[in-house]
Amino acid sequence: MREVAVLGVAMNRFGVSQKTNLEMFTEVGLEAIERSGLEPKDIQALFLGCCLGAFEEGQAHIAPFAHSELGLPTGSPAVLMECACATATVSIRNAALLVAGGVYDFVLAGGTERATLMGTPLATRTFAMASHSYYESTVGITFPGVFALAAHMYAAKYGIGLPELKRHMAEVAVKNHKHALLNPKAHFQKEIDVETVLNSMMVADPLQLYDCCPFSDGAAAVVLARADRAKEFVKKPIYIIGMGQAACGALSLQRDLTVVKARVEAARQAYSQAGIGPEDLDVVELHDCFTIAEILAIEALGLYEFGKGYEAATKGETALGGKVPVNPSGGLKAKGHPIGATGAAQVVEIVEQLREEAGERQIPGAKIGLVDTLGGDFGTVCNIILRR
Amino acid sequence: MEYPIPFSRYQEHMREGRFVGVRCGACGSVLFPPRAVCPECGGRAFSETELKGEGIIRTFTVIRVPPEGRKAPYTIVMVELSEGPYVLGNLLGLNPEEVGMELIGKRVLMKPQPVAGDLLLRGEFLVPGFYLV
Repeated sequence: MREVAVLGVAMNRFGVSQKTNLEMFTEVGLEAIERSGLEPKDIQALFLGCCLGAFEEGQAHIAPFAHSELGLPTGSPAVLMECACATATVSIRNAALLVAGGVYDFVLAGGTERATLMGTPLATRTFAMASHSYYESTVGITFPGVFALAAHMYAAKYGIGLPELKRHMAEVAVKNHKHALLNPKAHFQKEIDVETVLNSMMVADPLQLYDCCPFSDGAAAVVLARADRAKEFVKKPIYIIGMGQAACGALSLQRDLTVVKARVEAARQAYSQAGIGPEDLDVVELHDCFTIAEILAIEALGLYEFGKGYEAATKGETALGGKVPVNPSGGLKAKGHPIGATGAAQVVEIVEQLREEAGERQIPGAKIGLVDTLGGDFGTVCNIILRR
Repeated sequence: MEYPIPFSRYQEHMREGRFVGVRCGACGSVLFPPRAVCPECGGRAFSETELKGEGIIRTFTVIRVPPEGRKAPYTIVMVELSEGPYVLGNLLGLNPEEVGMELIGKRVLMKPQPVAGDLLLRGEFLVPGFYLV
């Protein structure tokens, strides 16, 4: 297998967009290609994530349209990927595997999503399509609901009083909002405190509005290349040194929702391929779609023991300047969560951190970073480890 | 290969007020809802088995912001059935405003509960409903 490098990366400002999914992805795709020192004709394949385009814009089969908007050659295939919220990370992993395998030398991967067009009731319904349709969506489970089940189970399993756990969860939101203040691409530029979270409306007990990431519009793209040629095109290529992906079925099969089994396995694969452990990470972008989700993630990624991660944000250990900064971009919580683009935006943040181009939120000297993206009700987890 | 108990037959059983799953011939695990491959051992030889419908609540939530087409609030529970499987269902007979952490560990009885489908999943369905014992 060949080594794979990231060349140019790009994302737009997440939030509410007047531009279409295609227009957003065309902008970031062309920017990523340009920053790679390449032309569209050099791109040999496109892996595009867009989860709910059919419900947002009545658009299916969007990848070939993006392909032609970008001016890619007819001989370069365009594939739509869908792994719920992990979509773009999975797109990037599959693109990287094909570069590693010698099939392609230059590939564009990323995603685009325009979730705000749907409005909350339809978005809540269509997000719930990523639960088991016949056996679990029919009881009315929603995505906040899935993580709410996990939060109550976490409190019961570890014997933590719910009010205490909720304050620690709120600290995750406070931290990620604070980080987003330093990120001009973030959906929210608003500092909050614990009381903001605890006084917000209840969405799915015990998760309140500020425990939840927003529905966002946005797009992000990365160009992957064979590593041995990367320096011909960019000054600071970033290398993919480990990847992992795993799958699990319905919630009823997962049982213990405090341990995301797909993440444990995906992370094991990625660490093993990279030949490193969690203690070697300088920066982490992980899947904080809900405050409890960040706590579950730091534990399964091995940054904390199971049952010990809930105080991390409160203690400042996961903030910029802390032991291991988690979600310096603001995370899904505050940077925003356009589901089909999220994983690519996480890669963009890690790449910018490793290039020391992250501006005010730069982690000094960051050398190794990890991307963690979860899809559906813990059905997919994909991890990518990058180094400068 | 014939899927052991397809959703349509699972629904017929529910309409008769019965919960029918499958028991793995290799390891004895009971699978409910029914499946084609045992997640415990990979076994694929099953016999049908009727569940008692008794279980214990392992976690819960109250949905306040519902998907389009549903009315909130309502309570969702994850229940460990006495035969072993976990199942998601609706907690009924209790005001959602009155539920809290004390639900976890409570014993429940499962009864089929009708729900309406929608534009995305058309039809009328029966889902597990749960009542505190």
